[in-house]
Amino acid sequence: MIPPLLRPKRKNPILRTRLPLLPPSSRSRAALGLTAAAALGRFELQVCGSCGIVQYPPREVCHGCLSGALHWREQSGSGELISTTTVHLSQDPYFRERVPWRLGMVRLDVGPTVIVHLHVGCAPVPSRVRVGACLDKSGQGVLMAFPIDEVPNMADDTQLREMTCDPKFRKVLVTDGKTDVGQAIVRGLIAAGADLVWVGYAEPWKKIPGFAALAALPQVALLPLDLSDSRSVKEMAGEIGGKVDILINSAEVHRAQGIASRSGIEAARAEMDINYFGLLRLAQEFGPVMRSRAADGQSSATAWVNLLSIYALCNYPSHGTFSASKAAALSLSQCLRAEMRAGGVRVINVFPGPIDDEWNQTLPPPKLTPEALAKAIVNALKDGVEDIYPGDVAQEWLARWEESPKTLEREVSV
Amino acid sequence: MGAVSEPRLTTSGNSRDYRDVVLVAPITVPYVRYSIRSAHWFVAHALARLLKESNLNKADIDGLSLGSFTLAPDTAIGLTQHLGITVRWLDHVPLGGACGIVALRRALRAVQAGDAEVVACIGADTNHVDSFRQSLGSFSVFARDAVFPYGSGGPNASFAFLTSYYMRTFGATREDFGKICVAQRDNALGYPHAMFKKRLTLEEYLGARLIADPIRLFDCVMPCAGAEAFLVMTRQRAEALGLPYAIVRATCERHNAFPDDPIQIRGGWVLDRDHLYSAAGLEPADIDFVETYDDYPVMSMIQIEDLGFCEKGEGPAFIRRHSLTTDGTFPINTSGGQLSAGQAGCAAGFLGLVESIRQLTDRNLARRVPEARFGIAVGFGMITYDRGLCSGAAILSRAAV
Repeated sequence: MIPPLLRPKRKNPILRTRLPLLPPSSRSRAALGLTAAAALGRFELQVCGSCGIVQYPPREVCHGCLSGALHWREQSGSGELISTTTVHLSQDPYFRERVPWRLGMVRLDVGPTVIVHLHVGCAPVPSRVRVGACLDKSGQGVLMAFPIDEVPNMADDTQLREMTCDPKFRKVLVTDGKTDVGQAIVRGLIAAGADLVWVGYAEPWKKIPGFAALAALPQVALLPLDLSDSRSVKEMAGEIGGKVDILINSAEVHRAQGIASRSGIEAARAEMDINYFGLLRLAQEFGPVMRSRAADGQSSATAWVNLLSIYALCNYPSHGTFSASKAAALSLSQCLRAEMRAGGVRVINVFPGPIDDEWNQTLPPPKLTPEALAKAIVNALKDGVEDIYPGDVAQEWLARWEESPKTLEREVSV
Repeated sequence: MGAVSEPRLTTSGNSRDYRDVVLVAPITVPYVRYSIRSAHWFVAHALARLLKESNLNKADIDGLSLGSFTLAPDTAIGLTQHLGITVRWLDHVPLGGACGIVALRRALRAVQAGDAEVVACIGADTNHVDSFRQSLGSFSVFARDAVFPYGSGGPNASFAFLTSYYMRTFGATREDFGKICVAQRDNALGYPHAMFKKRLTLEEYLGARLIADPIRLFDCVMPCAGAEAFLVMTRQRAEALGLPYAIVRATCERHNAFPDDPIQIRGGWVLDRDHLYSAAGLEPADIDFVETYDDYPVMSMIQIEDLGFCEKGEGPAFIRRHSLTTDGTFPINTSGGQLSAGQAGCAAGFLGLVESIRQLTDRNLARRVPEARFGIAVGFGMITYDRGLCSGAAILSRAAV
């Protein structure tokens, strides 16, 4: 029985604040394959293309036939827990702050023995477990063994909560609550147990259906916030920056246009001003303070979510300037991710396909409902992944892009 | 799906014996918990002690075998200039707990073949305050990728897995391991260089601070700085110099044995013990003392089994029916082993060899094993991921038996 997480008490400012530390993050290049898969929520191991051996730890060649044709392939992770220990004394400052820390040794059904972080719900040895890959606080892929069947309060395991960004009992800022997507995200967060959601709004005169009802929810606090205004961002960061555990940047400007379809750059500039510079303004004001609070108790600062677009991977000419602004934001988000990783705050990029909103009216289905997008974002937080591609269109684009970016460029430019 | 094919195991069945090559001058550079000196300092002091013990000059040493983890960026070659020695045979053996046995094997052959006349075999390491923690993350690529990020418990966590598995599988108890640790501490009380100088009771052992369950404080060695060394030369040379010597009856070495075992419960000794004893012309029952590689007591139990003193899984019963002190029915780690003497890096791979030579040449510092004629020193080490990869052993005897 896993004790459920309790709502944290108000922070006692007299007591010592735990500073952000990271678990050991150095990896060989070969081992980063585990991280790359875990960032997408997958557990992959090296499989030899010549002889089929599944191997771990990662190597440069197959240890069976010495072939260099190694492929990272998704694994079920089923195996037997053959030994366990609980570390009470660690040489590393991160773990020293967090002991006792459970570890296991699992013989995977596919062959290798793996050392894993051990979920508290796993039955004593010998028992069947499922091994999965997570990103730890350093942003590197690690293995964790889970019970085969869901157990109550599964996500509340303290070790797992170090790997995830679960919104439960956390305070969240959603930068734009006046869009359908923003509202769906707010409701999704509240359903997931968020303690408080600050809902940003930029244009007070604009009356949006549903906004008044949202504002009436007890967990919601409205916050005037205009990402095109540096002073507004700075003021709001000064007011709530030290309390935000999760920041979800849902603000975006979207005009359906290419280059020749409109003269002048005003619309494109507005897109860049929110989609790119808005992110930069937010990152400069909220980033450092969030990073400094990344280990501050059970409900520390933990994640930063960017609403990008699948068009960030490859320009979609009929939404060409929007695509460009999202590509700029993607590049900046990688910089932000590198900087936030130093404190252990995860940067999650969301690459949706076309959302079923006013700016995609002319596009054919399937289109992503705001509710589905919100659900994908909440799940990404719960799973602690780095990149998600919600919706059928995004999935298809991703598959084509992974196979050949150049081919995709030609395919979408007809 | 493919599987790793069973390796063809070669035995050393045709290898030559070590007639006419002997071991002399067992020395120890006393251990300290922390040192501000570099490993070079400990190597130099080991060499100086070897020369003093053997009445030789630096110019007489024409071979050097060095085991060390903390020389970086130097290796053995840098030490020749550092120490001002000119050698015609040089070996660098950073194999931790196996470096003594491996160095010994190579040096014996070098002297036997005439490639060197006198080889100084030295295991030495320093230990600064933060050395141990730093060594954990840089020990191996596998450790960095797949062990250190998991709790950073170091070898304690790795051996906790093995110990826990062994206890569950073979019914060993904490008391069984405690008996080994308590007996070794008793042996250490007679050894002036031991880091631990206070008697250990079984109650203290059982009640000690939890480190990584089931490992508690007194299951763990204390990392420290120090050196162990001996010389390899021809019997003729040793006799001419009037140096007491020990003879090597047989040795073995094996790396990455049993890679398909899900978790380590045995080492390469299992593959090599038959030849080891037949080459030595001895049976396990003939052995008068055993210097196990005791980085954790479970490894002593595994080595006792794998070297044929009892069957696999009978280690606990074997321990229960024997007394393990120098005056006991099965003396082990007669100078206290690493558990009581301390683990001075690669010197730990030499500790049992050096103590064996002392026991068999009557140069004892620790208490004497009565009428000891044959001893076995064991090497084990290098957990690069989930198991110790190296295993080795050497059976030594008195000059005249």
